[in-house]
Amino acid sequence: MVEHRPLNDIIAYAILTLGVFIVAFPVYLALIASTHDAATVVGGSMPLTPGSQALENYYRAIFVGGSRTSREPVAHMLINSFISAIGIAVGKIFISILSAYAVVYFRFPFRKTAFWIIFVTLMLPVEVRIYPTYKVVADLKMLDTYAGLIMPLIASATGTLLFRQFFMTVPEELLEASRIDGAGPFRFFWDTLLPLSVTTIAALFVIQFIYGWNQYLWPLLITTQDSMQTIVTGIKKMLYTTDELAEWQLAMATAILAMLPPVAVVVFMQRLFVRGLVETEK
Amino acid sequence: MAFRQFGAAATVTVALALASPAHAVTELQWWHAMTGANNDVVNKLAADFNASQSDYKVTPSFKGSYADTMNAGIAAFRAGTAPHIMQVFEVGTATMMSATGAIKPVYQLMKDAGEPFDPKAYLPTITGYYSTSKGDMLSFPFNSSSTVMWINNDELKKAGIAEIPKTWPEVFAAAKKLKAAGHETCGFSNAWASWVHIEQFSAWHNVPIGTKANGLDGFDTELKFNSPLHVKHLQNLIDLQKDKTYDYAGRANGGEARFASGECAIFLTSSGYYGTAKSTAKFDFTSAPMPYYPDAAGAPQNSIIGGASLWVMGGKKPEEYKGVAKFFTFLSDTNRQADLHQKSGYLPITKAAYEKTKADGFYEKNPVLQTPLKELTNKEPTENSRGLRFGNMVQMRELWSEEIEAALAGKKTAQEALDAAVARGNAMLRTFEKTAK
Amino acid sequence: MEKSVVFNNKLLPYLLLVPQLIITVVFFYWPASQAVLQSFKREDAFGLTSEFVGLENYQSLFAQPEYYKSMLTTLIFSSLVAALSLSIALLFATQADKNLKAAGTYKTLMIWPYAVAPAVAGVLWIFMFHPSLGTLARPLRWMNFDWNPLLNGNHAMTLVVMAAVWKQISYNFLFFLAGLQSIPKSVLEAGAIDGAGPMRRFWTIVFPLLSPTTFFLLVVNVVYVFFDTFGIIDAVTGGGPAGATTTMVYKVYADGRLGGDLGGSAAQSVVLMVIVIALTAVQFKYVERKVQY
Repeated sequence: MVEHRPLNDIIAYAILTLGVFIVAFPVYLALIASTHDAATVVGGSMPLTPGSQALENYYRAIFVGGSRTSREPVAHMLINSFISAIGIAVGKIFISILSAYAVVYFRFPFRKTAFWIIFVTLMLPVEVRIYPTYKVVADLKMLDTYAGLIMPLIASATGTLLFRQFFMTVPEELLEASRIDGAGPFRFFWDTLLPLSVTTIAALFVIQFIYGWNQYLWPLLITTQDSMQTIVTGIKKMLYTTDELAEWQLAMATAILAMLPPVAVVVFMQRLFVRGLVETEK
Repeated sequence: MAFRQFGAAATVTVALALASPAHAVTELQWWHAMTGANNDVVNKLAADFNASQSDYKVTPSFKGSYADTMNAGIAAFRAGTAPHIMQVFEVGTATMMSATGAIKPVYQLMKDAGEPFDPKAYLPTITGYYSTSKGDMLSFPFNSSSTVMWINNDELKKAGIAEIPKTWPEVFAAAKKLKAAGHETCGFSNAWASWVHIEQFSAWHNVPIGTKANGLDGFDTELKFNSPLHVKHLQNLIDLQKDKTYDYAGRANGGEARFASGECAIFLTSSGYYGTAKSTAKFDFTSAPMPYYPDAAGAPQNSIIGGASLWVMGGKKPEEYKGVAKFFTFLSDTNRQADLHQKSGYLPITKAAYEKTKADGFYEKNPVLQTPLKELTNKEPTENSRGLRFGNMVQMRELWSEEIEAALAGKKTAQEALDAAVARGNAMLRTFEKTAK
Repeated sequence: MEKSVVFNNKLLPYLLLVPQLIITVVFFYWPASQAVLQSFKREDAFGLTSEFVGLENYQSLFAQPEYYKSMLTTLIFSSLVAALSLSIALLFATQADKNLKAAGTYKTLMIWPYAVAPAVAGVLWIFMFHPSLGTLARPLRWMNFDWNPLLNGNHAMTLVVMAAVWKQISYNFLFFLAGLQSIPKSVLEAGAIDGAGPMRRFWTIVFPLLSPTTFFLLVVNVVYVFFDTFGIIDAVTGGGPAGATTTMVYKVYADGRLGGDLGGSAAQSVVLMVIVIALTAVQFKYVERKVQY
């Protein structure tokens, strides 16, 4: 044991508490703002304690929308965000577990080529090819659709690599044993490999859900209908399109609602989250 | 799928089925950028039109800022899902005009639909902006405005300013008094930086923004707004920004709230701000013509219009175009135009509506609304004040604002900033000239 | 690394690969090649006409002072965010690594901003520092500090850097903590026996051992600043004032907006692709020698 001094601990606690404070303060402020009325928030002297308008603000944000614009209420944006985040996570898991299975457990001509074709996508996020991708999606008539929101974002190799990595660590004896039992590729996948992969799948799901939920540029470009908007893109429009004083209290309530699902996932599934984060970066 | 929309559509379908079983209603999409009080106006117009007949249903939908709306419309056109009617702000005119095939010119629309349409019934200062050189009207003026100077009478009185300033030097002096009287963060300010300080400023002082009558006579135009007068004006703003006698309020109209909140007592922005000012400002306010430099020859000249017009998108069914034409006739109705003008502060687009408002004695009671009309008709328009038509103007405005910001932040001198704005703008004009051929 | 026992089906592996290959080709290769193609063309906003112009888009791109400015802005922005978020995260991680009883709780309290969308983070920060209504802009005003992110490029940059750092601390914290916890205690004890104080132990033993983690995080942070901060910039400054916060990715977006200069925007996409491929190559070269978790 290295020396252990109480003073050292106190300093550590102090620094960490400061850290937690820095991390939490912006969100705390948003939370406070979402409980006051418009005049208090905009007046520039908002107190640091909660106000009495919380129910009213959240009700309006979720079900009514801004008073002066014809923006959609948030409830609808939340549904869109859920659908696209889950679609991105599930879609990516589905295509990548299959292709990783093919690459690891089969030998066939052009195996290496197929792997590299997929692998190269790691290098170029959607942002650098944003307008051409937009054009492709437009040509496919997928603007303002969930397919358009989801599919371009699952064209990436992270999941494939992750599953490949994991399949490599699965003992070969398992495959031999199930072959002796007369299992074909389907049964081996279903009965042996999939159950073993549950944690990896869950970890990837957590990471991809957050990734999908937090998308901004892509949904901003391809959704022109209010009814297809996601909550993350909706907030900004709340603030910048009005002639009048922006309804910050509603925007802040919306920000809180936009943070809640992914933050809950991180906090309550911390183990899976950390695992997913560490493994997808490998 | 859009659950809500589906629900709404289902309700409508059921209601219609009950009302008139064999009747099909043609739906017309109208994308717009109106917020606040003006958004209510749009919704009411659509509702009134829908109630006035049973063949067509106009569905307005708000698409965000002017630029957002245009962006969404272009994107939707490329994807084959363009709306029938799209509201485009005045600076998008050249882009829309050159998009033959993407748009349906209004004069042709009216002719095809057999709607009565007399281009001479409209105010030429306004329709000129949206017509070809032959006088064919391409888009339908919807909300036209001009820059005016909004004045907080209460605060001016408190600061001991007896008369509303008329010239720029008077405005600067008044702003200093206001600052001394407690308006520490803002003596005066404005929205739409480039519109106010470059575009309107040039027309009002009868100096060119660009050659070829500011682009109206051809796409091979070159920018000219780095003249000594422009430089002098920007230099004045730079000097006053230092101690916030002038305080920059952003490229678009987000800063208008600073007038309503009382922070800025002198604020230049669109005359279309009237509706919002009326509902949010809790003090006595009025509007005055834009200030000018008394030593500039010929100033004040006349102002140019701003605002937006309605473009009809191409590739729709004849039946739908018929509905759009009917809707435009509906909008041109004299009483409706007069009413629109008196409520929103936007200009009347027909001569009859203007005459009616005058005859009603409306301007005696509300001089505020006559300010932009007086500015527009102050003198016979010259080459420099007929309007402007530059390709890629939307992007160019961003770029000009960028240079104004650099100057106000002290990063560039007034001359450097305007030279750069002109040079960068010219490069964009050349690109546009090549694509527009 | 290769499996020695495999299945021998002829058709099945191709079928398994088909979904991913289709999506990759349609949404990756097609657009990427379109970007290259588009960069040699000039097209109007509505896509009605299009003309081959050779290298003209590249020539005019590299003749633009603004393009070099956006490169410089990207460089400054990346360095600031990487340096600040790495050092702050390292400070917190070393404290949390001190066998504290509450370390687990602190970890939970530190990592969740990872889940906050960049655009939302931007909105939170602009709210705090909004010149007229921001809670934290108030003390600045009392100190007579002219806080004006609308006009002052440095203020705007400070604001986006703060928001970007705030969001990235959690990620770096997590990896630094894992790196610290993987350092065998015996190594530190040996250092202690040699009489090295905590500070010296940190700089001579811990920090060198952390260098693979640090390097890996550096690359990840740079990629983060390049791409994920788009939302922050768009929400906080819109690239302004006077282009002071326009990064290369933001410029790709801004120039192609409204179909103004799709060719120029595509040319920038191609340049970015080259840069990112180079960056990734660097990352791969070191990826094998990465930290042992």
